[in-house]
Amino acid sequence: MNRPTLVLLAALLVAIPLSLVAGRASIFALDDARALLIVLELRLPRALLAVSVGAGLGAAGAAMQGYLRNPLADPGLFGIAPGAALGAVLSFSFGYAASGWLLPIFALAGAGGAMALLALMAGRGGGIALFTLAGLMIASLAGALTSLVISLAPNPWALSEIVTWLMGALTDRSWADVALAAPLALAGIAVLARAAPALDALTLGEDAARSMGVDMDSLLALLVVGVGLTIGSGVAVAGIIGFVGLMVPHMVRPFTDRRPSSLIVPSALGGGLLVLVADGVLRMLPLVSELRLGIALSLIGAPFFLWLLLRYRRSGALGLT
Amino acid sequence: MLVARKLTLDERLRGVDTQVRSGQVTAICGPNGAGKSTLIRLFAGVLSPSYGEVLLDGERTADIHPRVRARALGYLPQEPQIAWDLSVRNLVSLGRLAHGDTHAEPVEAALEAMDLHDFAQRPVSTLSGGERARALLARVLAGEPRFILADEPFASLDLGYQSALARHLRAQASEHGRGVVVVVHDLSLAHNLADRVILLNEGALHAEGAPADALSPGNLRDVFGIEARWLGDLGAQVLAVRK
Repeated sequence: MNRPTLVLLAALLVAIPLSLVAGRASIFALDDARALLIVLELRLPRALLAVSVGAGLGAAGAAMQGYLRNPLADPGLFGIAPGAALGAVLSFSFGYAASGWLLPIFALAGAGGAMALLALMAGRGGGIALFTLAGLMIASLAGALTSLVISLAPNPWALSEIVTWLMGALTDRSWADVALAAPLALAGIAVLARAAPALDALTLGEDAARSMGVDMDSLLALLVVGVGLTIGSGVAVAGIIGFVGLMVPHMVRPFTDRRPSSLIVPSALGGGLLVLVADGVLRMLPLVSELRLGIALSLIGAPFFLWLLLRYRRSGALGLT
Repeated sequence: MLVARKLTLDERLRGVDTQVRSGQVTAICGPNGAGKSTLIRLFAGVLSPSYGEVLLDGERTADIHPRVRARALGYLPQEPQIAWDLSVRNLVSLGRLAHGDTHAEPVEAALEAMDLHDFAQRPVSTLSGGERARALLARVLAGEPRFILADEPFASLDLGYQSALARHLRAQASEHGRGVVVVVHDLSLAHNLADRVILLNEGALHAEGAPADALSPGNLRDVFGIEARWLGDLGAQVLAVRK
């Protein structure tokens, strides 16, 4: 375990109990039974879900940046998140979302569809550039189809449900969501960690990696499955939460030795911490309705991204030596 | 011994039969588009031939597990970019990847061999071109390969660094018994560095043998379309080209 891993793990272990006290209703002002109910049935699953979703996004972002050898890569580039969103939106449109399990299952099916399409397009020996282009096209196709479904929404309630859900949030989630998302995210992170040594080899380019015994097709398969599990499960329970996958690896990288393999686990922990803290802060803000997590993180994320671009411009190299 | 048998890849390389030996420096020469990089990449297993095969001690490299093959054949790509600003030591230890260990000893030996000990903790972005070239070669050496396959390692180096790198490669062949294969554009450098030269033209083998034979004025006229002759001077060969 490297130092960033330890520090972030410790921070997470402090932040989770703190998040249980965070919220409009002060649990210290309530009687024990009601306080326990709020903590056990609302805040604890919500905290664990925040960590699970954020960890998946962070790990997927770190792996994607390693794979594309580009610090500006984001897991959204694979088209898996838009695919999952399309699945979820379809379930709203069919009116299935009321049943607790169908929405996430539709979202996972959407993620799986995007993954299958990616594998089909980029196939064997397709190379990284073809793969990225295929991912971008799948993302815009899924985005267009999502817009189509929204525009064809059967009634205004479905429309409003879809739009609100797409903004991403962790409000009113239950243990069922945790039971669905956490194991999948964990499995995805484990798959991405397995790809880590090959990502290190890729530091020197595709040719060098191949000559070092890396099978590029298996690496791609590991990445698609890992990103599919982490991002698909995240979108299934929390909607679209952007920028975490882009931001977290950047925040963590300076504290590591900059090898892609050193980045995956700390990015997972950092992502979990960021989403947990952001969600905790949001629900304490004195607003009439809670600010949606997805919007808030994009509000922080986009300026961060601009700052990043400026910094790279000043250093004269777009993140590459 | 690394043997190419009827090695073919599309139009880039057509039926090349040749071999490179341990303990020798072999230079691959030829004009642009002759198939030099294609040949060395096929040797390294980075590309797969459309016909023919590469044999390592009689075994088809295509049948060897990629990681086992990677331990025997160390490949240094042309102008490799380094995506992340690793420390020199971490860059060099990437050479151990195919071995699945972070065995410190070969990494330290490689740093030592390339005079990089003082730089070990430095980020690669702070290195000069020549130091970078040494660090990248050290990465290959850390894998303790039996063959070093380097694609134009001299391309971006000034004369001082070129001769230093040539000395290092020479030592790998003569002192450590490794087979060294380099793609070289500079024919004088090839002549002085190599024990054997493989001269390619338009995807086919034009000549091979000792530098003086493979790079004879006749061959140079056929392949490069130049009139030139070798001037022996201070034990080194310089190519004089008539305008």
